[in-house]
Amino acid sequence: MTQILIDNRKFNAEEGETILEVARRNQIDIPTLCHHEALEAVGACRLCTVEITGEDWNGSTKLVSACLYPVEEGLIVQTRSEGVLRLRQTVLDLLMARCPESTVIRDLATQHGQVTEYQQFTDGSKCIMCYLCVRACAKLGCHAISAVNRGTLKEVAPPFHEHAESCVGCGTCATICPTGHIEMVDTAETRTIWKREFEFVTCKVCGEPLITKAYRDYALENRRLPNDYYTVCSACKKSELSGHFARLSL
Amino acid sequence: MRFTTPTELADKSATLASTDRKIKKRVLVCSGTGCAALGAFEVFDALVEAADGAKLDLQIELAPCADHAEPLYATKTGCQGFCQVGPLVHIQPDDILYTKVTPKKAREIVEQTLQQGKVIDKLLYKNPETGERIAERSKIPFYQNQTTIALEGCGRVAAESLDAYLAAGGFAPLAKALTLTPEAIIGEVVESGLRGRGGGGFATGRKWRSCVAAEGDERFVICNGDEGDPGAFMDCCIMEGDPYRVLEGMIICALAVGAKRGFIYVRNEYPRAVSRLQAAIDACRAAGLLGDNILGSDLDFDIRISRGGGAFVCGESSALMRSIEGNVGEPRAKYVRSVAKGLYDKPTVLNNVETFACVPAIIRERGKWFRQLGTEGSAGTKAFCLVGKVVNTGLIEVPMGTPLRDVVFGVGGGIINDRPFKAVQTGGPSGGCLSEEHLDLPVDFDALTAAGSMMGSGGMIVMDDHTCMVDVARYFLKFLLEESCGKCVPCREGIFQLHAMLDAFAKGEGKTGDLAKLERLAEDVQVGALCGLGKSAPNPVLSTLRNFRDEYEAHIERKKCPAGVCQAITTFLIDAEKCTGCMLCIKACPTEAITGQKKKLHAINQELCTKCGACRLVCKDDAVVTT
Ligand SMILES: Cc1cc2nc3c(=O)[nH]c(=O)nc-3n(C[C@H](O)[C@H](O)[C@H](O)COP(=O)(O)O)c2cc1C
Ligand code: FES
Ligand code: FES
Repeated sequence: MTQILIDNRKFNAEEGETILEVARRNQIDIPTLCHHEALEAVGACRLCTVEITGEDWNGSTKLVSACLYPVEEGLIVQTRSEGVLRLRQTVLDLLMARCPESTVIRDLATQHGQVTEYQQFTDGSKCIMCYLCVRACAKLGCHAISAVNRGTLKEVAPPFHEHAESCVGCGTCATICPTGHIEMVDTAETRTIWKREFEFVTCKVCGEPLITKAYRDYALENRRLPNDYYTVCSACKKSELSGHFARLSL
Repeated sequence: MRFTTPTELADKSATLASTDRKIKKRVLVCSGTGCAALGAFEVFDALVEAADGAKLDLQIELAPCADHAEPLYATKTGCQGFCQVGPLVHIQPDDILYTKVTPKKAREIVEQTLQQGKVIDKLLYKNPETGERIAERSKIPFYQNQTTIALEGCGRVAAESLDAYLAAGGFAPLAKALTLTPEAIIGEVVESGLRGRGGGGFATGRKWRSCVAAEGDERFVICNGDEGDPGAFMDCCIMEGDPYRVLEGMIICALAVGAKRGFIYVRNEYPRAVSRLQAAIDACRAAGLLGDNILGSDLDFDIRISRGGGAFVCGESSALMRSIEGNVGEPRAKYVRSVAKGLYDKPTVLNNVETFACVPAIIRERGKWFRQLGTEGSAGTKAFCLVGKVVNTGLIEVPMGTPLRDVVFGVGGGIINDRPFKAVQTGGPSGGCLSEEHLDLPVDFDALTAAGSMMGSGGMIVMDDHTCMVDVARYFLKFLLEESCGKCVPCREGIFQLHAMLDAFAKGEGKTGDLAKLERLAEDVQVGALCGLGKSAPNPVLSTLRNFRDEYEAHIERKKCPAGVCQAITTFLIDAEKCTGCMLCIKACPTEAITGQKKKLHAINQELCTKCGACRLVCKDDAVVTT
């Protein structure tokens, strides 16, 4: 157990915890764009930057990413110092120039107020390169998409921009995307994503689309589920179960 | 032959050295990248063929020979440094350096120099100032101010031969290290004051010691041969020209830190470095210098080459390690250092090629010897690639502490056409530009950083008054913009916007107040970026702003480029007072925009002029001016 100071208040922290974890647990607001508690931090957006120092640092300070920086005994953190606010502002201004179409960015910018206007990108892309989709896909084990290219050409794509071979159409990437950049089109029978079309398994009871066939096969193979696991949708499962319990209690 | 004890190695080295001493004349044909491109391999073949024809006893490998024999020996070496006047042929023991040798002239060398012992005057280097031919290499100003440690063998020994390396005393330092404790080896490196040559300048001995102290069941040694700086080729030359020295440095490091596996990360654009290193690794394995029980000791260590795709960012330590692991080469935040958690999250020592190349000499001569060269904070020597508007370009190594002036005007021979010196750029793309007033600064990690530039890995670009500093900053930012891994916002978007602003200045579209905006963003990128690339990317902007601010102001306020480079705001004119009507510019102009007759004033048709500057380059009377 270590003790750290955030905005002049003392907090206990576990060894190996990040500044962001300690702050969030104690309701201290640090804005983030690329952080997700279920995924490993990457430090891409830099919005979570905070200023740190230590008692024996002779007054020198450092700006670090709260989502990555592991706490150490006696760490002193400022979440709203002049340097922090200035960098946060610059990050938002830069993102406003990059993807003005994205609502997340626009909302944050409204909240913080835009200061400097930079040359605007006009490609209409909403992607802020937060890597949430890439990390989620990797975590699920598919690695169907990744960050490709360099510099401002950086984007999320399947290998060689071909249709994503190892994609199973689970749709996690599109769901986790904070800006709605990833295109996923569902009809009653099929789902189209990353240039591929997937057929749905429909619920035995209500006939609604349940899961793509490819995802079902992938999940059954990798998660040791019973073969009939994906036959009834969760809504129907629930009503079936509640009916069951209702009968039991009679 | 597989050596099973250090004594066997020493015996073999002694035999080879005695063979080597019998050589009457040694012909060293430079086969570095520069000379090879100019036809050095053909020169070598012609030389061997001519010697054959003349029935000379010319050996191309160190082979035992009769006691009274006085063989001639010819070999291909790594870069001899003076690439500009290559292909080079260096003849020992006379120390004759022949320049710009062709296959035809190689035959003359055999006939005259090897057979008759005559020096061929017209192949000697000509001092451009005095016009005098210089026979001895060591008297050529380019070589005079140099001291070589990392480049000790580069250009002097056969690049591909383990025997040649052994004859020159190679691997004796390893044998010596095997008699020392790991702590004693590290102590020697600490004592030497060696700092990393890859850019950061971190103390090498300390890095090794932290690796030993870190917890882990396995440790790795990695050699960084990515060399992404445009215009830099030091590491390439060392890997191509003296691969065994790099391997020996790595093996000694492995011994010191207890690593069993090593990697050399080389960009695939260096095919010759890759093949020579691989050949050297194979030869070392066969000789018992790599693999299990090296020289019969308990040391097990093997090295694998990992070829990179040539991304600049993959030279950054954490990106490099991700790349070796087979992942996307993106840096990580270094809140946990890679000596503790590096490749596959195990303790890892990563050092630059030149750093490793210094290690054998340090073990051989002791750390104290290395430390007494150079300055208080920067011990030893440093290799540089001297390029740009300087008379002598090439690969050099000078003691730390050498004033920049001695490098540019001594080794480099001054500025081409005696134009005024304007700036010297050190530290690679994210280094900085130093001006006239910094010329007396010593080559030293801390002095260069304090002046707003950095040592970097050793690129050195000299610029004259026809160089626009806004354009220079723009050029480097363009490079960094394309090479940024694109992961973090300040680097990806920030460099883009910095570059866009410089682009606007170059077009005369800058506005009052833009400099403050530029400076502020540059500072934010510096503190906000995730890795070293982004953190140092604003350096070209900030250092030129610091040393050449008036030039920025001219672009923004007066819409003028004082150096006459930024085409949109430059007009080329002919100065009537200076023009002698020599017609050189007329011939040089690619668009036929210049008219005039012999001995009459020339004129530039602005409609046709593309502002390429070709006329200004050829004019001997400085009559082409820009406004
Ligand atoms: C963007 C970037 C590129 C780099 N490129 C190289 C390189 O090409 N070669 C190199 O040796 N070090 C390079 N470095 C420095 C390495 O990260 C690392 O510090 C170095 O290899 C450590 O070895 P040294 O201590 O022997 O210098 C680079 C650093 C950054 C931030
Ligand atoms: S949340 Fe920490 S860098 Fe994005
Ligand atoms: S390549 Fe021959 S001198 Fe450099």
